[in-house]
Amino acid sequence: MTAKAIKAAFPHTVPILAGFLFLGLTYGILMNVSGFPWYYPTIMALTIFAGSVEFLTVNWLLSPFNPLQAFLLTLMVNARHIFYGISMLDRYKEVKGLKRLYLIFGMCDESFSINYTTDAPEGIDKGDFMTAVTILNHSYWVAGSTLGGIFGSVLTFNTRGLEFVLTSMFVVIFLEQWLKQRNRSSAWIGFLVSAACLVLFGADKFIIPTMIGILGVLTLLREPISRRDAS
Amino acid sequence: MMTVTQQFLTIAAVALATILTRFLPFLVFRSDRPTPKYIQYLGKHLPLSVFALLIVYCLRNVEFTGGTFGVPELIGIAVTVALHLWKRQMILSIAGGTLIYMVMVQAVFV
Repeated sequence: MTAKAIKAAFPHTVPILAGFLFLGLTYGILMNVSGFPWYYPTIMALTIFAGSVEFLTVNWLLSPFNPLQAFLLTLMVNARHIFYGISMLDRYKEVKGLKRLYLIFGMCDESFSINYTTDAPEGIDKGDFMTAVTILNHSYWVAGSTLGGIFGSVLTFNTRGLEFVLTSMFVVIFLEQWLKQRNRSSAWIGFLVSAACLVLFGADKFIIPTMIGILGVLTLLREPISRRDAS
Repeated sequence: MMTVTQQFLTIAAVALATILTRFLPFLVFRSDRPTPKYIQYLGKHLPLSVFALLIVYCLRNVEFTGGTFGVPELIGIAVTVALHLWKRQMILSIAGGTLIYMVMVQAVFV
């Protein structure tokens, strides 16, 4: 890892710096007002490094002890990472050792998007560049979460409704993907199956049936959807 | 209330599951062999379904047939989408949508 690689990666990560400071701050504040010491968000930001499930973990930490459910729900919510990994098989191929392990460990939505779409500038090793992107993103997230955890306690404004930041974030991620993709059948499948399972199974039990349902419908409709891709 | 050990076990479970989802493809699909066509197809279409599911997941406890009828949530989402289509600035869209929602639940639908 060189200073040159960090310098080259930094401009690509500026939007993430702003986003992660804001989201991390929000998450740290949420942890703080939920009664946790400041180093909890720091530790979670360092070890989990997956924004959406960290927000969910706040609820799980306030509920009765059930690590298996937390484990399974995290698998469900983060299942999309499996598909980032599939897309990165090629790009991470040449990277070896600890750097490779760290790249895979730190593959959040944002690190994935940059490393999937950006090529390292001339004269900078590809592996070093991607590692620098990931390290920068990771440190923004830890910094934001820690600041929120510390300053949440001196907060004097009413934070009711702040948790909506998570919904808003998913809406934006969805919209970005929606604007990028021409064939949007899978969006409708996602909404319809989720809504149907929510009504059928209830708010606490609908995620796993929904995942199975989405996989099933996508598999059944593989022919027509692939045909639309090609046209 | 959980004990500190239980809290750390919960955090460890979440960290472990996250690590598993990130490492799985690299353990299953060796880079020296081509990825199966079916997996490539899923890789292309699953993300949009999953993000749709995550939005529904965030709204799972909203009461659409009574109470506030989900109006604050729908307005928050509408503002997020409108801001994003207008400026395409992730932070602005999220901050704007969240602020409107906070005003809704703190001042309008009390």
